[in-house]
Amino acid sequence: MDLTSTRPPAPAGLAREVRPAVAAFAAEVGRQGPVAVVGARTQWHVGGPLDPAAREVRAPAGIVEYEPAEMVVRCGAGTSVAELAAALAGAGQMVPLDPDDLRATVGGLLAVGHSGIRRLRFGPIRDTLLEATFVDAGGAVVTAGGPVVKNVTGYDLCRLLVGSLGTLGLLAEVVLRAQPRPPVSRWLRHDGADPFDTRRRLFRPSAVLWDGSTTWVLLEGNGGDVASEQRSLGAGWSEVEHGPSRPAGGRRSLRPSALRALPGELGAGEFLAEIGVGTVHVTREVPPGSPDPSTRHLHEALRDVFDPERRLNPGRRVHA
Amino acid sequence: MNDALVADLGAALSPDRVFSSPLELGLYGRDASVIEGRAGVVIFPVSTPEVQAAVRVARRHGRAVVPRGSGTGLAGGAVPLAAAAGDPVVIVTTKMDRVLSVDEEDRVAWVQPGVLNLDLSRAVAHLGLHFAPDPSSQQSCSVGGNVANNSGGPHCLLYGVTSAHVLAIEAVLPDGEVVLLGGLEPDVPGYDLRGAFVGSEGTMGIATRIAVRLTPTPPAVRTLLCDFTEVAPAAATVSGIIAAGIVPAALEMMDADITRAVEDFVHAGFPRDAAAVLLVEVDGLPDGVEESAARIREVATANGARGVRVARDEAERALLWKGRKSAFGAIARIAPNYYLHDTVVPRTKLVDVLVEVYEIARRHDLLVMNVFHAGDGNLHPLIVFDRRVPGTMERVLEAGAEIVRTCVAAGGMLSGEHGIGLEKRDYMPLVFTALDLDAQARVRDVFDPDHVCNPHKVLPAGSRCGDLQSVPEGAWI
Repeated sequence: MDLTSTRPPAPAGLAREVRPAVAAFAAEVGRQGPVAVVGARTQWHVGGPLDPAAREVRAPAGIVEYEPAEMVVRCGAGTSVAELAAALAGAGQMVPLDPDDLRATVGGLLAVGHSGIRRLRFGPIRDTLLEATFVDAGGAVVTAGGPVVKNVTGYDLCRLLVGSLGTLGLLAEVVLRAQPRPPVSRWLRHDGADPFDTRRRLFRPSAVLWDGSTTWVLLEGNGGDVASEQRSLGAGWSEVEHGPSRPAGGRRSLRPSALRALPGELGAGEFLAEIGVGTVHVTREVPPGSPDPSTRHLHEALRDVFDPERRLNPGRRVHA
Repeated sequence: MNDALVADLGAALSPDRVFSSPLELGLYGRDASVIEGRAGVVIFPVSTPEVQAAVRVARRHGRAVVPRGSGTGLAGGAVPLAAAAGDPVVIVTTKMDRVLSVDEEDRVAWVQPGVLNLDLSRAVAHLGLHFAPDPSSQQSCSVGGNVANNSGGPHCLLYGVTSAHVLAIEAVLPDGEVVLLGGLEPDVPGYDLRGAFVGSEGTMGIATRIAVRLTPTPPAVRTLLCDFTEVAPAAATVSGIIAAGIVPAALEMMDADITRAVEDFVHAGFPRDAAAVLLVEVDGLPDGVEESAARIREVATANGARGVRVARDEAERALLWKGRKSAFGAIARIAPNYYLHDTVVPRTKLVDVLVEVYEIARRHDLLVMNVFHAGDGNLHPLIVFDRRVPGTMERVLEAGAEIVRTCVAAGGMLSGEHGIGLEKRDYMPLVFTALDLDAQARVRDVFDPDHVCNPHKVLPAGSRCGDLQSVPEGAWI
């Protein structure tokens, strides 16, 4: 191994082929002037109002590559969740993004970074993104991560892009981790069950939700296991076709154990809490929170190195 | 020229935790890789303020700092590189080894970085919880090291690698400031700095407290040993299991030589005449586990497995896993040295790549064994050799380079779980464009603009476009 050279030239780097749709998107983003990326506008209010002067651009849409035996899928960031779900359904797979509105785009969901209702079981949305090709503020095409399910090659820029509201770069194409679809999926509800005790009785439930009076549980997996988990909950649970609808105002994020204090603060029907996760869906809009004061300079420096002129999604704020 | 530095560090910590004798410096000049460096001073802080003070002292003296956990890393990530301005201060976290708090309801533990991976799981086992990442070195590797390398392990196939199990990190940045990255809430305002820090191999700062997610220990487990007389059907079984919609908790492959070595070492009943074995584990609730185990048996049999053995009890299961995890101890009986590679390829390319790996070893007249995380395509070609034989090391390195190139050509990446460190640094341009590397360098520079924290690791020099100041004048590495 040659570790002896003192000042090697800048590495030439891989010459990667850029798909025409991605190149066209990069050209559209260009190098100058404010631009705003538009998906399906299903979460348009998140992060505050855009600068009205921003030129609208759209990321490529469509499935690029899907190999069920790899359990990964490559698609344009502009692909709708409905299209993604349809492409994977035939092989019995899914990506548990779970937005309320299936017209939402994959890129929009990742940029906003809100995890789906099954986070308790399937983890946060940031863990589904394996590779991201994005267009940076200079109009260049950059790829982060890699198309394999396990990868620690280099810095994890994918994690930074998820939830960045497009302020570091605009997603063009992504590779996502897929999962097998559970054979059985069952929603149960109980008026009055203690949601915290409910969660403790279950091993790996997909969701435990609570609005202050009613508790819902989503059990998924092998039919026998779902039935035995249901039995372990005791009496009073009824099977329902769907889970509850989520208040669409905003989201709060609390330590899971802090959810106990919610009823003293919000009335029934004003919230829906994800037990064990800590996400609270509320009827009112929630302004962006402040980062830990010790890190404020890091957030600002990141934005500075990726978009010094603030031309990407100008107006959007990832924190107060 | 170390005297003033040693005195200042002694004042900041305690003189009995500051070491600078040739023996200690030699010991901490290397990790578990084949790369050797040179430590300037070695220190053992016990607290965040001590780490902070040490970083500031090092900075004042113009020295780089190199964080180090247990030193089990295989990519040279903890090797201090000698520098004209003075060799680095190695900050060893092994004395920061306390589990600070465990919150059963939130399933979170705050730990110091020097807590050993397996000790953490043992500390919470009575609550029915464990720390899911389980590198083979889990008896000796530290949680801080796991964070630095975003470490994996057999059970990461189902549970995900370290990043999925770290909620928050208190870290001392290269400028001596203490920051809190992430949090115990599910979503924290701003960018996911926690996610950027995990896997940054000690180049963004030193983790001093870590909040880890604890995972419920599954009520049912089945462990299957599938025995094959050829390698290709074993690899086809791997793809077949995934294609059948099963994500096992772990799906490991061992080839003929390693299986024999392991069996002779642990006597777990591995078939000594198999061409390959798969160790498959499924966990969860009883019915699903039984269904998956039955399905895996079918897939293996349909692909020509000679036999499928199911561990009868916990003792047998533990013995099989002991065999798998002591593979690297077992090969010490074959040759004095080994070089363990870590690459990842698309799972469907496993057979093609394995065939190539054997061919590369044959061309270089080397013995290669394969014991790896087949379920996620994470290969670990293990070259065993005797470095005392002249010319051997050169052949080992040459073969290693060819293996890396082969994996990249198959659509793979450089590392699945061991990291880039120094070992793979100069291969980064094989998988990233100059612009990709520049973007990564920009993130690194946000945390460490002056390149004083584990410098020269991960990214090749000059990765920041138009910035050739990244290698300090007079540095030699």
